[in-house]
Amino acid sequence: MIAEAGHYALVLALGLALIQSTVPLLGARWGDHALMNVARSTALAQLLFVAVSFTALTMLYVMSDFSVVNVFENSHSMKPLLYKITGVWGNHEGSMLLWVSILALFGGLVAAFGNNLPLSLRAHVLAVQGWIAAAFYLFILVTSNPFLRIASPPIEGRDLNPVLQDIGLAVHPPMLYLGYVGFSISFSFAVAALIEGRIDAAWARWVRPWTLMAWIFLTLGIAMGSYWAYYELGWGGWWFWDPVENASLMPWLAGTALLHSAVVMEKRNALKVWTILLSILTFSLSLLGTFLVRSGVLTSVHAFATDPARGVFILLILCIFIGGSLLLYAWRASALKQGGLFAPISREGALVLNNLFLTTACATVFIGTLYPLALEVVTGDKISVGAPFFNLTFGPLFVPLMVAMPFAPLLAWKRGDLLGAAQRLTAAGIAALFAIAVLWAWTWGGSTFAPLAIGLAVFVIAGALSDLAERTALFRAPLAAAMARARGLPRATWGTAFAHAGVGIALIGIVCETTWNSEYIGSMKPNDVANVAGYQLKLDGVTQRQGPNFREMIAQFTVRLDGETLQVMTPSKRNFTTRESSTTEAALLTRGASQLYVSLGETNAEGAIAVRIFHKPLVLLIWWGPVLMAFGGLLSLSDRRLRVGAPKPAKKPARALQPAE
Amino acid sequence: MTRKQRRLTMIGGSLAVLAIAAALVLNAMRDSIVFFSTPTMAAEKQIPPGKRFRLGGLVQPGSLVRGDNLAVNFSVADGRATLPVAYKGILPDLFREGQGVVTEGALDASGVFRADTVLAKHDETYMPKDVADALKKQGHWKDDYGAKPGAAAAAVQGASK
Repeated sequence: MIAEAGHYALVLALGLALIQSTVPLLGARWGDHALMNVARSTALAQLLFVAVSFTALTMLYVMSDFSVVNVFENSHSMKPLLYKITGVWGNHEGSMLLWVSILALFGGLVAAFGNNLPLSLRAHVLAVQGWIAAAFYLFILVTSNPFLRIASPPIEGRDLNPVLQDIGLAVHPPMLYLGYVGFSISFSFAVAALIEGRIDAAWARWVRPWTLMAWIFLTLGIAMGSYWAYYELGWGGWWFWDPVENASLMPWLAGTALLHSAVVMEKRNALKVWTILLSILTFSLSLLGTFLVRSGVLTSVHAFATDPARGVFILLILCIFIGGSLLLYAWRASALKQGGLFAPISREGALVLNNLFLTTACATVFIGTLYPLALEVVTGDKISVGAPFFNLTFGPLFVPLMVAMPFAPLLAWKRGDLLGAAQRLTAAGIAALFAIAVLWAWTWGGSTFAPLAIGLAVFVIAGALSDLAERTALFRAPLAAAMARARGLPRATWGTAFAHAGVGIALIGIVCETTWNSEYIGSMKPNDVANVAGYQLKLDGVTQRQGPNFREMIAQFTVRLDGETLQVMTPSKRNFTTRESSTTEAALLTRGASQLYVSLGETNAEGAIAVRIFHKPLVLLIWWGPVLMAFGGLLSLSDRRLRVGAPKPAKKPARALQPAE
Repeated sequence: MTRKQRRLTMIGGSLAVLAIAAALVLNAMRDSIVFFSTPTMAAEKQIPPGKRFRLGGLVQPGSLVRGDNLAVNFSVADGRATLPVAYKGILPDLFREGQGVVTEGALDASGVFRADTVLAKHDETYMPKDVADALKKQGHWKDDYGAKPGAAAAAVQGASK
């Protein structure tokens, strides 16, 4: 019954999406308020029905109803409750259902909080949301129905892929999807603006918070996924330039560019046409990511059982939406009015530079990810484009971006003073040079690249701090006055400083981890001692344990530093009988921002166990950086100016919405 | 500066960055791309020692020999040819004899493939996609490779393939 109810609710949601995608458009054409308001009620009703459908699938998982194919294939009655629930999106069908649920959630949010939007704009935006939703409902119902039954129900399920049975998985996909799908709002706004043929600063004020929200989730989602790969896969690697990772990085890069160009549009009414294009591209890259991951053209933990029909269907959706929106863009973009003027050296100019580098970096990732696929289709040759390619292309493009980053907030709008900005960054520059000199002396004869990279990171962090110091007049005015000024600063300014500093912090982590990572790989018997980076790890012994749906071999290590016992580490290896597969559970010992990482290999005939021990200096900064960026985004989002639903300034409505023609 | 000059500066700057990016991409394409081969293809192409490539195939049953200090030797076969592989380190969780594997490294002078990476990326059927495609192309694909993880599930899985 529950499965059928869920299925039925999904069909109803499709019907509602079809109404939502047509009726409001007609209403906008005829100027009929009642028809335009249909968008609002259908969006809210759609959210309700998708929520019912999603809840139904979750209940089927919790109740372990193995008469449903999807539950049988991905669940097990012995699985802990948490993983029964996260298993809902640990497979293709369920994850697509999560995708449309989040899409409906965003549509519902626009409907619920969009009361101060012009009626026709809201109708258009929700109609475009309706198109996307309808396409994906059809996809789910036609090719990936999660509610299919089995004729003769088995008594036990096949269990979820063991590497996915982890708390990281509980958080990573929903976060990532909130980001991916969140960009659909800016896409819908862009397409709505193109259909209406007008766009103004009020439009940017609306788009920016939504983009920012999606960006925050995507940032956290990517960081979470990276940390999950780090501790769960047992290799100690945190980024593999795997096509699936690139698929999430591309919308992030484009979205970061969009965030910055939307600022220019909001403040200076410039770069409109470009901002529209970026909105379209960002969501297109999100769709591309969905296609790459879900179509099975790539093999990875993310590619669940694949089916050519699904790939073709998503490819079709991809072509219609990307092709259609770009055609619309080519047709209508010229109708949009030119914006304000600015000199190349100005805040706007700096943000254009930011966009230029981010989109170019995004393009290199795009080429590196899709070139092997294209080559295989054309010549049949199989190649792999790995880390070296991206280090050689992506890396050099990020260096000028980071050098320019501290300058931008110090430049004035319209016409900036580069020399003045440079003077204000003197302290940051000195800090960077000092850091380079100290590191150079300290690691004499080692890598020359690492001190320079860390110097750059210090420059970025110190630059962000000097921007704050400058604005609060920290060292020029009395402390109390500076504090008062700091309180008075817009939160968006604080947000910028935090986000920019986050980039520098992540860079320090990345450089330290890759340069000064030390490693021990060997086979150890009980009472053997391994020495890594000054730590002594003694293998005390190996024990066996029975878990809920796995058997576990646990090794116990005592960690000592300078003769002092620090802690016991217990890495383990789990054997999941149902899937005949095993996972490695690494043990982590955190000291400040550095970590000691122990993972186990196989046991040999003499009872010795293969052990991999890493010391990863400052590795946690790699994830603290993105968290700080997301925090900066959150601060910026809470800025009074951007607060969702905040009333518009009184003088605006009169002149904000004149047609652009 | 006039509007036109400003626009030209902007366009010129963008083109310069794009040109640099294109140069970086082409340069990286030349040096850092790795081809995929099966043992048969490796023999046909006569890949010179020292050139990096990815070798994929099935781990020959009975060929796995563990040496001292985590040294491992095994052979990769594709039904027609086999190639000995030497690796030092911990094998991935899913490494098994008779199942698919992808390794990356280069041949040494004696014709042994010195792998520095053994990839653990499998789909649910325990067969890397590259390997499955290559085997299918050479006509060595047997349907029972896919059925290994659980015969009972094969019927359901077949439906979704």
